Amino acid sequence: MATLLIIIPLMCVIVINLPFLRFLRGAAFWLFALFCIFQGAYAVLPLEPSYAITRMLESLFVLHLSLDRLTLLLLFIIALVALTAAVVTREAADDDEDRFRLYNLFFIVVTGLNGVVMINDLFSMYVFLEVAALTSFILIASGGGAEHLEGAFKYLILSALATAALLSSIALIFLIAGDLSFAPVRAAFADNGTFLARFASGLFMCALFVKGGLVLFHWWLPDAYEAAPAPVSIILGGIITKVVGVYTLIRLFTGVFPMGPAFRSVILFMGGLSILAGALLALRQHDFKRMLAYSSISQVGYIILGLGAGTPLGIAGAMFHFFNHAVFKSTLFVNAAALESVLGTREMERMGGLSVKMPWTGGTSLVAFLSAAGFPPLAGFWSKLVIVLALWQAHSYGYAAVAVFGSVITMGYFLVMQRNVFFGKLREGLEFVKEAPFALVAPAVVLSLITIGAGILYGPMMERVFLPIGKFLLNVE
Amino acid sequence: MVDSIGIDIVLILLLMAISVGTVITIRLLRAAVGLALVSALLTIVMYRMGAPVAAVFELSVCAGLILVIFISTISLTQRLTPDRIIHVERETLRRFWFLPIIIVVIAVFLSQVNLPVGDAAAPIAQAPPSPMGVREVLWNLRHMDLIGQVIILLAGAFGVLILFKRGK
Repeated sequence: MATLLIIIPLMCVIVINLPFLRFLRGAAFWLFALFCIFQGAYAVLPLEPSYAITRMLESLFVLHLSLDRLTLLLLFIIALVALTAAVVTREAADDDEDRFRLYNLFFIVVTGLNGVVMINDLFSMYVFLEVAALTSFILIASGGGAEHLEGAFKYLILSALATAALLSSIALIFLIAGDLSFAPVRAAFADNGTFLARFASGLFMCALFVKGGLVLFHWWLPDAYEAAPAPVSIILGGIITKVVGVYTLIRLFTGVFPMGPAFRSVILFMGGLSILAGALLALRQHDFKRMLAYSSISQVGYIILGLGAGTPLGIAGAMFHFFNHAVFKSTLFVNAAALESVLGTREMERMGGLSVKMPWTGGTSLVAFLSAAGFPPLAGFWSKLVIVLALWQAHSYGYAAVAVFGSVITMGYFLVMQRNVFFGKLREGLEFVKEAPFALVAPAVVLSLITIGAGILYGPMMERVFLPIGKFLLNVE
Repeated sequence: MVDSIGIDIVLILLLMAISVGTVITIRLLRAAVGLALVSALLTIVMYRMGAPVAAVFELSVCAGLILVIFISTISLTQRLTPDRIIHVERETLRRFWFLPIIIVVIAVFLSQVNLPVGDAAAPIAQAPPSPMGVREVLWNLRHMDLIGQVIILLAGAFGVLILFKRGK
């Protein structure tokens, strides 16, 4: 069945573009939504029913994919965020043609992301990272304006640098291990302390830092997020950069390359720096989406700190925050799309008191911001708490303090945002404002409910989902 | 042996010169032709280095399919006026005069440095030549990469249609 998660979206793109099946163009959204629901359901219940059609497709394409707890979690998050972006596209796209183009690209990008998370070979992973990168570039530029092209160009250039580093690293790894599948590379690198082995894995790490937009490598990210059309920002900020830069880092530096003390220090430093720099830069922003972009950098820092703790609890916290971040950041990008659709601007200083006129948008943004800032009992509080505890247990007291301090700054910039946009007296000239259309409110409400639900059910979720992932990745019983 | 190395050096120098030209030219048609030449030269270099599978892949994907996308891009874009071309070309040369020098310096440096590979290269060096043909390698061993390449080309085609058709 896992093969179908690569083959079905690919087939869909081809079928809906066939000249004699033009009537299917109008159904592109429903096809994409159905596929996301199928993928989400499969991730929750990975059953393997044997139907003639699935057997035929699987026999045609013999793909060597692997499914484990981490992969299933990622497949679920990809489906959730992609479905959100698709629903928002129904309202936010300019016209039917624009909508159809976006659904095509969503199908391709989801294929790429599914490939990245299910593959167990470094070169194949690189190929699917490129699928995601190329499609992201087109998605960002698809707005067609100068700012879109500038954002896309910056992304393209830095992504190309990361690609060069990845390819060079893969060549060196092949030289060392004689194979690129995860298992032989793990065996070859297990007790290989040579300069070349460290250089190859370090180069790989740097490339993933660029892809994940960590501080010092983040120059492309704010422009790309800000310039991208609204639905693209959701899928880009919610999942693409997290899968191509953060998931890959967690997967490779727990299961393939050994994370010695030196690499652990680098990961902790990058995580801490990203938390502080991202949060401080977010404080200074006036554009809603640009602020969210810097906030993303800061939140990714928490995930990286969890990885740097190097314990099952740390990895569990990192993956819990990965899930939470995908949910609350998608909520906030949906809110940004709603504000832009109603007001025609993202400048926060031209807003004010909007929660009276847009109660659903205001309410859901409040839930998302409180979760991002780590306010109990929302999901973000628990994931941050687990990361801080893991850092404390690993004797990284300084970084635990950085994580707590970062939360305070996060609270600061989100309070500024709430005050400027939603709280207080309604700004003059905004009396005409009404709540955003259903397609821009419903996804935010569903995602907020998930945030609240994950906060209430954090115990069972940690026990059944995230801690087993941490133990599995670090091979601890 | 010396002749063989001499040919390789000439090919690689030619490859670098054409690559630089391809990157800095402002005429899309020249860039497309440059890309095709780079691919062809790279194919020869790979073949001479004993990597026929990589050579075939390079030729089929780069010289063939990507070139088709490139040419379709050219058909969807507009030419600059002759005066503008001269102006932009002069500007490009003024800005990138150092690029060939940097590449030559790096090439000379890398040719003089031995990477500390040590015994690590032994598995490759001692590996027997693969009895499988190109078809087996692509379809049996690297099936996933092939599908990934197809998706990249599909995304490239969409990119051309979306970005350049709208631009026109």
